[in-house]
Amino acid sequence: MQNFLKAERVRFSYVNNMENPPVVNEVLKGIDIEIKKGEFVAVLGHNGSGKSTLAKCFNAINLPDEGDVYAVGFNTKDEDKILDIRQNVGMVFQNPDNQLVATIVEEDVAFALENMGVEPKEIRRRVDEALKTVGMYEYREHAPHKLSGGQKQRVAIAGIIAMEPECILLDEPTAMLDPKGRREVLKTIRKLNRENGVTIVLITHYMEEAALADRVVVVDKGQVIIDDVPEKVFSQVEKMKSVGLDVPQVTELCWELKKAGFDVSTEIISEDECVEALYKLFDKG
Amino acid sequence: MAIIKTENLTYVYGEGTPFRKVAVDDVNLEIEEGEMVGVIGHTGSGKSTLIQHFNGLLQATSGKIFIDGEELTKDKGKLRDVRFKVGLVFQYPEYQLFEETCYKDIAFGPKNMGLSDEEIDKRIRETVKLVGLDEKLLDKSPFELSGGQKRRVAIAGVMAMNPKILILDEPASGLDPKGRDKILGLIKEYHQEKKNTVMLVSHSMEDVAKNASKILVMNKAKLFCYDDTEKVFHRADELTEMGLAVPQITRVFNRLKAMGVDINDDVYTVKYGTRLLLDILNKKQHPDL
Repeated sequence: MQNFLKAERVRFSYVNNMENPPVVNEVLKGIDIEIKKGEFVAVLGHNGSGKSTLAKCFNAINLPDEGDVYAVGFNTKDEDKILDIRQNVGMVFQNPDNQLVATIVEEDVAFALENMGVEPKEIRRRVDEALKTVGMYEYREHAPHKLSGGQKQRVAIAGIIAMEPECILLDEPTAMLDPKGRREVLKTIRKLNRENGVTIVLITHYMEEAALADRVVVVDKGQVIIDDVPEKVFSQVEKMKSVGLDVPQVTELCWELKKAGFDVSTEIISEDECVEALYKLFDKG
Repeated sequence: MAIIKTENLTYVYGEGTPFRKVAVDDVNLEIEEGEMVGVIGHTGSGKSTLIQHFNGLLQATSGKIFIDGEELTKDKGKLRDVRFKVGLVFQYPEYQLFEETCYKDIAFGPKNMGLSDEEIDKRIRETVKLVGLDEKLLDKSPFELSGGQKRRVAIAGVMAMNPKILILDEPASGLDPKGRDKILGLIKEYHQEKKNTVMLVSHSMEDVAKNASKILVMNKAKLFCYDDTEKVFHRADELTEMGLAVPQITRVFNRLKAMGVDINDDVYTVKYGTRLLLDILNKKQHPDL
């Protein structure tokens, strides 16, 4: 599809009209980015870099002041297409407690479908399938507030995938979760991408999560400053740190060894690769 | 002498209702003065319930708590002293700022302690420096500041009371890596300068590993262990089993060891891991040294 997710020279400002004169804070400064159907892209950037603002442009919550944003083929300025965009570009936020509306898990997942006027039979089918996909089917009759953080977040994701969107934007979905909750949510996201072909845009502050993506985009001061495969992005250790970010621990370790003159690749981003590289190093000597 | 001590501490939510839940189950704990303690546990493990006992926000269903040698009682007058002694910083503390200026907000706690205006002023300026804020911000409204700055003002408000025990619940959550390092760095500095006891609740094993010398692990309402950081992360399998994790770097060294490489497996920071590897590799290259 043409213009699946695309921002062209987009400028966006938040205006505080409470002050006189109004205070204008320009967050996106002519940003260009294109995401293709089926990709799994991680977006990194320090607090205030503009990454969440950009995500909200893609499902028409924010409309650009200048430039154009396209989502699932439509320009977000086209008011007639807003429903098409919102149904096809789902969003998951940080705090699971703010996203669940019903008192029973399956009712929560059905919420959007009822609003969309989907037939009851079809709702049943989609809700069951969505809950199975995120591994929460056994909990379909439970009360959401009794679930753990990771479980709640998976229910929120189920509510989105029941709409069968082509793309899901997740804005720090694991920030409030414990390690197990994080593992569960990440596994679900990868599965949706690999098996169901859903395009994923994951905003995160955890470098190890970004390392799982096909592509990493680094946003700084409202512009894209790096856009590459994770290996190439994280090998730029000094640059990443200079914009307030970090690299996975294994990458930093290999980078330090390389700096000290040892023959190790700095494009190592996973635990497996690191163990293998270090083992070789020991073997040789 | 232990600064915090609990004997068979148990707390039950909703006693006598169908929703009865034992949140803290028979915890016996002794924390020495001046420690930097990391507190970890899965969601619902009871860690937040536990720490809320330490300054009397919650009262034990059964069991005893001693703070600085004195038993916590229900006596309201005494409870006030305990609250000055034990400072608690909640998650997202910036939502609790309320005064017109940062100065007044930080002054709120010390003022309630009945300190003189000069002493309050001295403490505010000292703490502001400690948390790395510009003194110029003191006259501004907290709502004009950035998220990270707001959080530092909120933490300064508790630090200015100079509590013997400072407890912080997820002080770095929601911040980017640089913001995390900054906040945790200033907490570490505060700890080193004041030699007070600090407890740090976190879901980030990497952050806990970098900053704490002791770790307290809660699991399903029970105290799983309280021990030195390297000893706790040594129990990687048990931690993973209970929904936690060990730092990525620790997993790498554990696996190398399991593959037969002769290497320490008590590594939990990149810094230490790098030093260790460089030592071994350099010796290998120059065996005569």
